[in-house]
Amino acid sequence: MNNQNKVLAHLQKYIVTYLFVALSVLFIIISGMDMNYVASQLLLRLNRNAFIVLALIIPIIAGMGINFAITIGAMAAQIGLLLTISWGVTGVPGILLAAAITLPLASLFGFLIGKLLNKMKGQETIGSLILGYFANGAYQLLFLFIFGSIIPLSSKVTIVGASGVQNTLNLTGEVGLYKAIDSIASIPFMMALQLFVAVMVTVSMIQYKQKKMPLDRMVTILCGSVAVMAVFQITPVADIFNGNHGWEIKLPLVTWILIIGLCLFNSTIMKTRLGQKFRAVGQSQTVANASGINVNRTRIIAIMISTVLAGWGQIIFMQSDGIGTFQTYAAHEQVGLYAGAAILVGGASIDRATNYHALIGALLFHSLFITAQTAASKIFGDSAVGEYFRAFLSYGVIALALVMYAWRSAKQKKAAQTDLVLAARMAKQ
Amino acid sequence: MAEEFVLEMNHITKTYDSNTVLKDVSLKVRPGEIHALLGENGAGKSTLMNVLFGMPVIHTTGGFEGEVRFGGEKVQIMSPMDAMEKGIGMVHQEFMLIPGFSITDNIKLNRELTKPWPVSKLLGKDLEFLDREGMAADARKALDAVGLGIEEYAQVSGLPIGHMQFIEIAREIDKTGMKLLVFDEPTAVLTESEAEQLLGVMKQIAAGGIAIIFITHRLDEVMEAADTITILRDGQLVTTMAKAETTPEKLAALMIGRGEEGAIRIEKEERELSGENAMTIQDLWVNMPGETVKGVDLEVRKGEILGIGGLAGQGKIGIPNGIMGLFEAIGDVMLFGRRVRLNDAAASLKAGMAMVSEDRRGVGLLLDQSIEDNIAFSAMQVNGSYMKRFLRQKDGRAIRRYAEKMIKELDIRCTSPAQPVGTLSGGNQQKVCIARALAMNPKFLFVSEPTRGIDIGAKQLVLETLVRLNREQGLTIVMVSSELQEMRSICDRIAIVAEGKVVDVLDVNASDTAFGLAMSGVKAKEGEAV
Repeated sequence: MNNQNKVLAHLQKYIVTYLFVALSVLFIIISGMDMNYVASQLLLRLNRNAFIVLALIIPIIAGMGINFAITIGAMAAQIGLLLTISWGVTGVPGILLAAAITLPLASLFGFLIGKLLNKMKGQETIGSLILGYFANGAYQLLFLFIFGSIIPLSSKVTIVGASGVQNTLNLTGEVGLYKAIDSIASIPFMMALQLFVAVMVTVSMIQYKQKKMPLDRMVTILCGSVAVMAVFQITPVADIFNGNHGWEIKLPLVTWILIIGLCLFNSTIMKTRLGQKFRAVGQSQTVANASGINVNRTRIIAIMISTVLAGWGQIIFMQSDGIGTFQTYAAHEQVGLYAGAAILVGGASIDRATNYHALIGALLFHSLFITAQTAASKIFGDSAVGEYFRAFLSYGVIALALVMYAWRSAKQKKAAQTDLVLAARMAKQ
Repeated sequence: MAEEFVLEMNHITKTYDSNTVLKDVSLKVRPGEIHALLGENGAGKSTLMNVLFGMPVIHTTGGFEGEVRFGGEKVQIMSPMDAMEKGIGMVHQEFMLIPGFSITDNIKLNRELTKPWPVSKLLGKDLEFLDREGMAADARKALDAVGLGIEEYAQVSGLPIGHMQFIEIAREIDKTGMKLLVFDEPTAVLTESEAEQLLGVMKQIAAGGIAIIFITHRLDEVMEAADTITILRDGQLVTTMAKAETTPEKLAALMIGRGEEGAIRIEKEERELSGENAMTIQDLWVNMPGETVKGVDLEVRKGEILGIGGLAGQGKIGIPNGIMGLFEAIGDVMLFGRRVRLNDAAASLKAGMAMVSEDRRGVGLLLDQSIEDNIAFSAMQVNGSYMKRFLRQKDGRAIRRYAEKMIKELDIRCTSPAQPVGTLSGGNQQKVCIARALAMNPKFLFVSEPTRGIDIGAKQLVLETLVRLNREQGLTIVMVSSELQEMRSICDRIAIVAEGKVVDVLDVNASDTAFGLAMSGVKAKEGEAV
């Protein structure tokens, strides 16, 4: 009885996630795509996107919902990249320069976003979404009229014979930013997996020894690790990755160090006094305020961190394998939408998010993205449907998640009462 | 030697616009004493405390006159944070706890123990790691001090309300350098035994040298715990005296300022009841959180005033709320021989029942709307009264006429029928609620906690109104109240509810012992049928 309820509650909580798992499997089967191709595309997109999705976590914990204004962080990053290209700095120094320019810009933007969101408490999600659209106008003004005329730029990036920045910016070739992080070092996926499992096992053993981790948790991690290793020893599974069939899948080492670093950053900050403030403000602004926490300041810090991280995430995205160029005036537009949809797919909600939600969400969201087009053309005989399907999916997931959140909180209020009705009915019989 | 007074508030005057709410009030509190602050609603207690805590509402409206001395020095308290740092703490009436946090995290909120590490040395204290073990140990100590045996790592959500009050106190005494604690109506939500425990804890805290300002309505608690008593009335200081010099009767008289006639006495003429039943309730279950009803059987006679009493949280409030369709209910309820459709608020109102809710601000009133609109609202919605025939527009003149009549009859103190209800005092809001229920011409009226949070003068008027309605219009009234004395003064019979069931229906003249026993769930001897 009680167990059944628990399972039900779990299903309700993660219904979007399970829906996506089911759909992904279905689409992979329908599309009949080569697993080696799917896996390589999937990891490629994860490399690009995981960082941005992870940037959403802190504002969610601080009770500000999904920060769609990470779009503005992406704009800051594009300003950084533009200047870097214009100044002709290449390679890793170029990336570091772009990141360094992004830091103060995104901090400033984040501060302003935070200020504004503090004036519209309770409507942060929609507020940040609209703010992203608004900033797009300011961004275009900056790139069309101010850059090139007031702020001098090299002729490499401006429109020939006019002021304003070119429609497309190229990171490849002599610009030398394409794959600047990805290509530093890469290791085969299988090796990365083994490494990861080894680290997980070691860390959990050490934590258990220091009595920081309960026994059941450690056993779960150990069993999980063994299971994962066993699955990847099965020839058909291993063949997807090891290159015996198709090409060998490799992971860009430094990109993943950055992604894992951000995961650690997220979980570490929650163990600090600042993290406790985020949580307190997220759960009750009234109580936090009464205990002397500067609620507005805490919220601004959360948004600033998120905006800067999103900016850096956008740099990782732009330099990554398969991108290389970007639409100057449009590249940032869908950043917030896709990242928001991804984290929701992973099981996060308006008031709850973890690293796992972000990573699993990015994985599921993109697996559907990759297969949707082919699957749709197989079903409808028209590949264009796949494009529409993507937009439909992202908006649909966000709408569904918002509805589910409202529905669940209404239900929680009722939950306490249900038991009594049961008791009354039983007493009557 | 230490200062004689830990807190001196001298000649405090505060005006909002041209309205003087505090006039030359002084309050002096000695270290280690429990200082009760008494006064009717609107006497100025909250404003005085707002001054003490430097609440923004004071500073944004032009500050105050007079001086505050704390620990012997003149101080300017500009914010609640400021007050906290100086050693003034508050145990709130509404709990300032985060439900999703553990008890420890709540007690140590924003005062977490932390351990520095290289990054935090560089970037500031905010990035120091939490010292969970140290925090748990502190929380344990504080919980032990208030005599709460629950685990410090338990989550606050799901704990009984009484526990939350003690966690609040534990948090305040955990603060180092605490010199003065304000308890704002701390026993309002507690059961009797919890209230007793709380008074014990307060004495213990005071014995440790911390001064306590104790704001309460309950005179028996004042007599039990306080050392010194300050009484405010209409924004002015009435007196400050030692407990030994006074009695509860004297205190009540001073609060109201009407000399000897402090207690409520209602004139009522006797009349014969027909003996018919207005309402029969059989096996009623109601899902009202904190006030669940678990199988009530009850008969209400036509033309009577029936009281329903019992301790808080035992389910008495759930009965009217369930029958009126505000909370999920099952059972059989017959009104004048007709079955009432449960779980349908509109049907209950149409059947001729009306209710004056205990939750005036939440369910009862539209605070931004005018008095007249509030009075007419339900009647317009349910009966279609006060509407013009043509296009069913609202009939402003008829509403105004009725509102003016009600304002006169119920003595609602207001500037005009168009005044927003939110700006009225609690007692006057209650009268508006009654007027609204009456506008529906009900045959059967529930009044739930009609005198809660209103001053004694208003209480008298509200109770008199109920009796008059009953006698003049033959309205059957069920009054749910925590105030046994009030019910005894106007009711014909009183049903006592405990643990969701009716324990006994007693005559108003039954002995205190019988009532006391019934409230603890024990039926008086011989086991008469309920």
